[in-house]
Amino acid sequence: MLEFRNVSYSAPNGREILKNINLTINERFVAITGPNGSGKSTMAKLIAGIILPTAGEIYFDGKNITEEGITERARAGISFAFQQPVRFKGITVKDLLSLAAGKNASVSEACRYLSEVGLCAKDYINRQVDGSLSGGELKRIEIAMINARGTKLSVFDEPEAGIDLWSFNNLIKVFENMYRRTQGSIVIISHQERILNIADKIVVLSDGGIAEYGSKDEVLPKLLDVQAGCRFTKEGV
Amino acid sequence: MDSIQKNLLEQIAGIHEVPQGAYSLRINGSLYGKNSSENIDIVKKEDKPGIDIYIKDGTKNESLHIPVLLSQTGLKEIVYNDFHIGRDCDVTIVAGCGIHNGGSEASEHSGIHSFYLGENAKVKYIEKHYGEGDGNGQNIMNPTTYAELAEGAYLEMETAQIKGVDSTDRVTKAVLGKNSKIVVSEKIMTHGKQFAKTEFEVELNGENSGAHVVSRSVARDDSEQTFVSRILGNNKCTGHTECDAIIMDNAKVSAIPEILASDPDAALIHEAAIGKIAGEQLIKLMTLGLTEKEAEEEIVNGFLR
Repeated sequence: MLEFRNVSYSAPNGREILKNINLTINERFVAITGPNGSGKSTMAKLIAGIILPTAGEIYFDGKNITEEGITERARAGISFAFQQPVRFKGITVKDLLSLAAGKNASVSEACRYLSEVGLCAKDYINRQVDGSLSGGELKRIEIAMINARGTKLSVFDEPEAGIDLWSFNNLIKVFENMYRRTQGSIVIISHQERILNIADKIVVLSDGGIAEYGSKDEVLPKLLDVQAGCRFTKEGV
Repeated sequence: MDSIQKNLLEQIAGIHEVPQGAYSLRINGSLYGKNSSENIDIVKKEDKPGIDIYIKDGTKNESLHIPVLLSQTGLKEIVYNDFHIGRDCDVTIVAGCGIHNGGSEASEHSGIHSFYLGENAKVKYIEKHYGEGDGNGQNIMNPTTYAELAEGAYLEMETAQIKGVDSTDRVTKAVLGKNSKIVVSEKIMTHGKQFAKTEFEVELNGENSGAHVVSRSVARDDSEQTFVSRILGNNKCTGHTECDAIIMDNAKVSAIPEILASDPDAALIHEAAIGKIAGEQLIKLMTLGLTEKEAEEEIVNGFLR
């Protein structure tokens, strides 16, 4: 479905953030993890087309999309949930869900998307997506938007951050339901063991490269070991 | 009314024909029609253009429409409308001006509105300004609003100038008595070479009086906007003024908020922000499949809603 071929990305200041990444994503749930600054969010932005690689190529469903912009990729079937959701003035939750769904979302549809992320539609549908909503509420609305899009590839950048009161089980249920509908791939950037635990594949980034790649059973034990030895961050005891 | 005038009416008041109930409709410099109701009396002024409106004490849930339409190029007029609103009223007043200028001369309407709100009167005032026309003549509107609020009165003003007004210089002044409150919400969009200046001055004279003045504007192309607001706290009172502007293209926006307290129990706040559309807002909407242009329109429309 998604393929990175020798992809590198250097920031405008010249610092190399991702180095020669080769990766194929076809599985149901793929988790990307790694220490802060390892290039996880950069990878997500490269998938969504928010930034373009400085070298290498990206393929989506066999098509070279390296030079395609955000809109084209979104229309081709890529969704991206931001780590820090954006606030708008005057735009309501229903507006965003409608834009995400590509049609005017009915109240019952909006209700379905919102209740799945644990929000009561009645209280939120006409709320403005501005500073009056808490970080956790915005985060859930962000996830609801991806749900409303229902594309074959969905990328979540640290979806669990800020929604502590809402159980992980519910978040995981959202991903499972999303898969049931889209039958696509869901890429989740996360540090949380419980999210890594549902992954079919785990990608560990470290210092701009892929340090580990494999099934949960292969990668997770090593990762948990890291807590003691900090193998990937190289900063350990 | 011809189709141009009907369209102007639709734009500013959302209606196609003469309004129901109490109304005064002014077309091309003269009174086209008026209708008083049992509680709302509309009297044509004898000494100058305009009307006096008397709303009886205790009038509840009634509305008054006073639209002005100009479709004749080069027409210039100043109209004086005085509203005398009785005690304990709860009414909605829908005003507005639509200009269609198909010629080369400037068309200009200046509405001078004075509101006198009786004790505990509650008024919602809605005003839309709209201009159109394929000529080179300018559409000019210079509204002046003066409001006096007696004890316990409440005035809510919603003003919008969304399209086609080439030049506007709006002045709003209010003087507030004890326990009275004014809430102003202004929406302005300028484009082309348009110019808009709005000026608010609120004197909070009564104990526990309050003012909340919020302006949201979008300046596109080569247009210019100036927002001036002055809130004077002369008693124990609360005042808040906020200007929030999106600037695009080669536009210019100036925001000049002033708060002046002369009582230690006056609590006044001003906020002003001018900036372009945040890049992350555009990116978010583009990840939902919108083009950059579509995303920009959504953001602007939402902002001015």
